[in-house]
Amino acid sequence: MLLLTCPNCGDRNVSEFRFGGELSSRPKDPSALSDAEWANYLYMRNNVMDAQTEWWHHNVGCGLWFLAERHTRTNEVIKTYPYVKRET
Amino acid sequence: MSIQLIRQAFNGNRPPQRMWHSHELKEQYDVVIIGGGAHGLACAYYLAKEHGITDVAVLEKSYIGAGGSGRNTAIVRSNYLTPEGVRFYDESVKIYEQLSDELNFNVMFSQRGHLTLAHTDGGVNTMRRRAEVNQIEGVDSRLIFPDEIKNLCPYLDVSDHPRYPILAALYHPPGGIIRHDAVVWGYAHQADVRGVHIHQNTEVTGIKVKRGKVTGVETTRGHIKTGTVLNATAGWASTITSMVGINLPLTTIPLQACVTEPLKPFLDVVVVSGSLHVYISQTDRGELVMGASVDPFSSYSMAGSLTFLEGIAGHVLELFPSLSHVRILRQWAGICEMPPDYSPIMGFTPVDGFLIDVGWGTYGFKASPIAGKTLAELIATGKTPTLIAPFRLSRFEENELVGEKGAAAVGH
Ligand SMILES: Cc1cc2nc3c(=O)[nH]c(=O)nc-3n(C[C@H](O)[C@H](O)[C@H](O)COP(=O)(O)OP(=O)(O)OC[C@H]3O[C@@H](n4cnc5c(N)ncnc54)[C@H](O)[C@@H]3O)c2cc1C
Ligand SMILES: [Zn+2]
Repeated sequence: MLLLTCPNCGDRNVSEFRFGGELSSRPKDPSALSDAEWANYLYMRNNVMDAQTEWWHHNVGCGLWFLAERHTRTNEVIKTYPYVKRET
Repeated sequence: MSIQLIRQAFNGNRPPQRMWHSHELKEQYDVVIIGGGAHGLACAYYLAKEHGITDVAVLEKSYIGAGGSGRNTAIVRSNYLTPEGVRFYDESVKIYEQLSDELNFNVMFSQRGHLTLAHTDGGVNTMRRRAEVNQIEGVDSRLIFPDEIKNLCPYLDVSDHPRYPILAALYHPPGGIIRHDAVVWGYAHQADVRGVHIHQNTEVTGIKVKRGKVTGVETTRGHIKTGTVLNATAGWASTITSMVGINLPLTTIPLQACVTEPLKPFLDVVVVSGSLHVYISQTDRGELVMGASVDPFSSYSMAGSLTFLEGIAGHVLELFPSLSHVRILRQWAGICEMPPDYSPIMGFTPVDGFLIDVGWGTYGFKASPIAGKTLAELIATGKTPTLIAPFRLSRFEENELVGEKGAAAVGH
């Protein structure tokens, strides 16, 4: 992977971005979590060898944090899009 | 070393015809080890040799040593940051010191000394702390300053000209480099001789669990019944563990390395710089082996990048300006499963009979002997040896992380 598409700026060299790890869902009620649930949120990862939804930060560009879907074996980027907070 | 070599030349020792053999896949094994790297093979060897457990299969999807065990830069040392880490890795160094004799195969362990450079006050403080912890644990390790560094490594630029001048270094005389392939082949041979089945080109595609207990393994060559499975697949560890429905605190990230054309011997210590993200050693063939910290994003791809080469070339030249005309011969990458605290994760999991030997990140080759030995003991006795108790999976929810980042992020 040499280029990544920032939703604001378009195709840019991947060295302009910072990788932010796989997307995970934040606990809804943090004070209700057990130690094991906290550990799960903080440390455990799916770490798939497959398509992965993940965070990227255009840190030397517009500063946007956005999402990408990327295949972690081939590094092929399937799509990138802005993060939209969902009520679940 | 040379006296040993001469002695070996006269004792009638001849290399075996075949180092290991191919077998039909049996329907059942007492123990199935997934991953034919140095870790899996060492564990198989110690199971057979020390516990008489020989009904063991090592399943390797490719050829043995195809993973990190054949791609690492072969640095062996024990000058870590935590007492738990220092004690553990030092046991490995001790095994390596007599491993050529034990395996009857020359693993070329060269204890040439290991230098970790500090270019900032923060760096000097970390080195000072490591030296103290190392000495308390009985490991030869101390802080030295530019005069002594210059003596050990005359071509290193210790002047105040570079952007990040060298202020001090952690010197660890027993550290060094080893022939990584020989370790893999030596363990494979001695496990094979004792009856272990090494199955190459055999990929694990599923794991059977019944009522919380492992009952078998699915492979591309058929089904195997077993009650004990060890996951020793390093970079691929999460793909195996997901087969039993648990997640691990691991992220798989590529690590790259390269070698230059051969030069006359001029560098007989391993040199690491955390601030410059680079390390370098010279092999017996004269090539310079160089590496850095992990790639900027997670991946299972083993493709190299020009960004890496450009970065490493610049940083090596800051340390050794005289290397500016040396050419790179080749570069490669391997994949490393990074845990949050840079310490391994070993032993039991919530699934009965499913054991792990993972979290080896960029630094796990040196641990192969002691990891294999302690896990063989765990499998044979059902009890966790005290040496590896700090590395249990449950440490994450018990908030007992073993933070080794300061000693493992660059100087693998
Ligand atoms: C460039 C580089 C430099 C390094 N430098 C050092 C160093 O200087 N010192 C150090 O101590 N460590 C170093 N390391 C780390 C070290 O290489 C690893 O931690 C170590 O080799 C892990 O050994 P292993 O036996 O656990 O795994 P590996 O050797 O990676 O073996 C795992 C095996 O599992 C197999 N496998 C995967 N999936 C399956 C499946 N589904 N079925 C069957 N088999 C499967 C793979 O093919 C592989 O052969 C370095 C790593 C790299 C990449
Ligand atoms: Zn942008």
